[in-house]
Amino acid sequence: MAEHKYIGQNYTTPDLVAKVTGRAKYAEDFRAEGMLFTKLLLSPMPHARVIRIDTSAAQAMPGVKAILTVDDMPEPADSVDDAGRVIRANTRAERALTNEPLYEGEPILAVAAVDEFTAAEAIEKIQIEFEPLPFAVDPLVSLRPGGPTARTDGNVWFRPPTPPAQPGQPPPPQPPIDVKDLKWTEEQFAEAEAGRLPMGEVLADQWEYGDLDAGFTQAALVLDETYVTSNTSNQPMETRTAMAYWQNGKVYVHCSTQSTVQTVAGISRWLGVPQTDVVVISEYTGGGFGSKITSAISLVIPALLSKKANAPVMMRITREEEQYIGRARPSLHARIKAGFSKDGRLLALDFFGLSESGPYEGGNDHNATGRIVSLLYQPVAMRFRGMGVMTNTPPRGPQRSPGGAQGVAVMEPVMSIAADRLGIDQVAIRRINAPEGKAPFNGPNPQGVRPHVTSAFVKEALDKGKALFRWEARKARGGTRVGSKAYGLGVAVAAYSGGSVGFDGLFVIKPDGKVYIQSGIGNLGTESVSDVHRVVAEVLDVPWEKCEITWGSTSKHLPWTCVSGGSQTAHAMTRAAYATAMDARTKLQEIAARTLGGSPASYRVAGERVAGPGGSLTLAQAAQKAIELGGKYDGHEAPETVNVFTKRSVAALAGQGLLAVARDVYPRDGVTHSYTIGFAEVEVDVETGHYRVLDYLAVADVGTVLHPRSLGGQLLGGSLQGIGHAMGQKWVYDQQYGVPLAKRFYQTRPATILDAPVHMEWAAVDIADPETPVGVRGVGEPPVGAGWAAVANAVADAVGHDVFRRFPVTGDMILTSLANGRRVTDPLTANI
Amino acid sequence: MTEDRLKNASRRQFIKGVIAAGAVVSSSAYLFRSIPLSGQPTAAGSVERLMTLNVNGQQRRVDVMRQETLAMTLRYKLGLTGTKIGCDRSECGACTVLIDDVPRYSCSVLTHSVRGRRIVTIEGLAAGDGTLHPVQQAVVDEQGFQCAFCMPGFVMATVGYLKSNPSPTREELAHAVSGNLCRCQDYNKILTAMMRGAELMRRA
Repeated sequence: MAEHKYIGQNYTTPDLVAKVTGRAKYAEDFRAEGMLFTKLLLSPMPHARVIRIDTSAAQAMPGVKAILTVDDMPEPADSVDDAGRVIRANTRAERALTNEPLYEGEPILAVAAVDEFTAAEAIEKIQIEFEPLPFAVDPLVSLRPGGPTARTDGNVWFRPPTPPAQPGQPPPPQPPIDVKDLKWTEEQFAEAEAGRLPMGEVLADQWEYGDLDAGFTQAALVLDETYVTSNTSNQPMETRTAMAYWQNGKVYVHCSTQSTVQTVAGISRWLGVPQTDVVVISEYTGGGFGSKITSAISLVIPALLSKKANAPVMMRITREEEQYIGRARPSLHARIKAGFSKDGRLLALDFFGLSESGPYEGGNDHNATGRIVSLLYQPVAMRFRGMGVMTNTPPRGPQRSPGGAQGVAVMEPVMSIAADRLGIDQVAIRRINAPEGKAPFNGPNPQGVRPHVTSAFVKEALDKGKALFRWEARKARGGTRVGSKAYGLGVAVAAYSGGSVGFDGLFVIKPDGKVYIQSGIGNLGTESVSDVHRVVAEVLDVPWEKCEITWGSTSKHLPWTCVSGGSQTAHAMTRAAYATAMDARTKLQEIAARTLGGSPASYRVAGERVAGPGGSLTLAQAAQKAIELGGKYDGHEAPETVNVFTKRSVAALAGQGLLAVARDVYPRDGVTHSYTIGFAEVEVDVETGHYRVLDYLAVADVGTVLHPRSLGGQLLGGSLQGIGHAMGQKWVYDQQYGVPLAKRFYQTRPATILDAPVHMEWAAVDIADPETPVGVRGVGEPPVGAGWAAVANAVADAVGHDVFRRFPVTGDMILTSLANGRRVTDPLTANI
Repeated sequence: MTEDRLKNASRRQFIKGVIAAGAVVSSSAYLFRSIPLSGQPTAAGSVERLMTLNVNGQQRRVDVMRQETLAMTLRYKLGLTGTKIGCDRSECGACTVLIDDVPRYSCSVLTHSVRGRRIVTIEGLAAGDGTLHPVQQAVVDEQGFQCAFCMPGFVMATVGYLKSNPSPTREELAHAVSGNLCRCQDYNKILTAMMRGAELMRRA
């Protein structure tokens, strides 16, 4: 695909006018006849047991229709993986309601009533008694000898080993995940007094390759640094409100989800109903950033209340409730020992990381941290050790570049210190260590082989950014002072997974000559819901205006589609779109040959026609012919290769025109990853500690550019989410009572428009990934780490590396460090 | 609650009631009567009064409770769901509407206080024939915003500000909309779109 008409071009997405006129409907904008409203009773304590609930006064209120407790919730169910292996359910899994709340704000019960006022008053009339239990809001406190544990039975997850398969027998199920109470020794904690992260026993997550000791012996410079990042809430603008009702045995759920099709399986599992009885409606989603990948478990509450009350139920989630149940990025405590050669090569890296993982599964970001760090800096030898430690704080989940962003944030300052100590340019040291081509990452797999990426053009991106940012010219100002203003330059490299494979595409060319494309992608603001289908217009050479996209409801016959998470979609679904367009092309050629004579290969599809030696057919005529021919041409037969979900949709759409359907079966050598380089210049006022970002540039290595404006939005929006992590975003917990002190926007401090860099630019190397037919990789994740660490490095360049060892780097941290001539921030205490 | 006390409902009592309800802060504004209960209010304070509002150039008659916020009236009684509630506490600006041409957070305006005032929501910006307002057109031209949940608020705040300063610098405009939060953090593209909107308005 050399010449591109649509790929790489800007266009107006089909959802934009509805958004800008207020007609776009998000979950809370739907209404149903007789709709009830919900209020939740939330735990006031970080850890407690409910010993008595009396709902009789609430039940007796006029207008109260149903009350739901954990007794109404389905038990966590086993599931089956792609290999047919049973995954045993975690009996301690989150169930949306609970009688043993594990964090302040955990929902205990829910009331449905004719309006919210009544529901709220009913909540007040419920008598409830709690028995307070010990709690932990700091992972290191929990690891200390005699320290409190987040769960009554422990503070860390571990998975007992799976027994080996017996010859001739199916593989035995993996044992369910378990919990252990892990404590480190006082001797190990002695290091904490010096501000270094103690390194005690970790239970599972460790790997290594190469000769670490030899690397450290050869090293000209060995650094041993501790960095701590903050917990940060995803806090999308739209809270996870949901509305549900049951009709003819099916449950209809209007929800805020990142992934339309993939949410069906989640709801099915959480509610214990078959997938064929679940309809997900999600036309517009107000952001998620990883917290709504397959929607949210809380939506089982309105679904079950609706069943109990026999009426539609809306559950509006308030901003404070969103702070509790809305997921967050786990903090990372990291200890990094790094050995460099005198020319800057990273010879040995010993990486130790603790995730503060909240009370449920889902916060083990440190594994991705190990993967991304090993990829980005290609250490000659590396050991990784990591562990999630539970606390009585809200559940964690993925947040844009989960683990990757934290890894970049803690590793990049180490690279900067090394460059300065060794007298090497900051861009140069990153180029020396950059991944290239099919670069390896992670530790070895069970066969002893390290996996590798599909491609990496990080060196090209660094070179491009260095020129665009005028790095050499600006360098003179880095580290200088003018009056109270200190200037600094920073650069940071970031990476994350950038695409999956194996999904389906589906569209119909109808006798009106238009192409009706079914999109199972969630509409969460990335624009991939329509962007990926530009490929169809490109391959078939059909005007984009003649392509209509259907999305937003699983009742509308959608194809099997990847989750919109982990930057998978642009890669996975351009592959599926390409495969489907090729299927259409083949069918058009065959129809033309059958109708007009000659061989299918002698016909060409272009300009809304299929033309060859026997003449030509318009797409409209070919669609009519497809209906007459039936079989595979109009969808009365579906290929065996596509998913059963797609097959159902094909059956529903059969007979309407030329039906194109295919699964992406293109080969791929390597695991797809994308990269972003951040460049930043900051101005720090050394009298106030305040700093601002004067200039920022993001350079992407994300394969072929699909939609430039959307890419620019992802790069700079993601970068600013990262910059927010550098500048201000955090949680604060009262260590004595275990309750959050930062619950609202003005306390958790995501970046406002006034925090944004004065100037922001983006660029892309625009080199096709060789392992995917369209060349496109995902983009959403890596900008976060790039923005975060570029700004942190620039601050260090302006006022010194020793000013901070934790994030966010706040004005008071800078000011007190400068005033005292040394770092005075407590480096290890969590959530301060 | 007696009728007497209702007459004296004050901002302070309203807030106290909210606090008493714990985490259920936004519920106090919800009086959406989906199922009448034999004519009786279901909960204290849910007595409604008929009033007339001037919304998007139309006189709309609506039953409103004393402590009802404009955001709730617009969304749940007038069907104008383009106005979004992002925080319900004047922190995010998603609910911004124009009241007599001034951008206001509708989550923090009591409906009964805007009787006789001109209210414009995102639904009221485009012309009757569907022609977009220049600021809306600029969003379309620049593919501004991502998830767009914050978009109505940003657009209304910009339209209001441009009435007082039709030729802002980029920095002035950033300050003008700094009461609006975008969690996609697409501020760069938003500002580009809003600056283009200002330009289109000057040309119009």
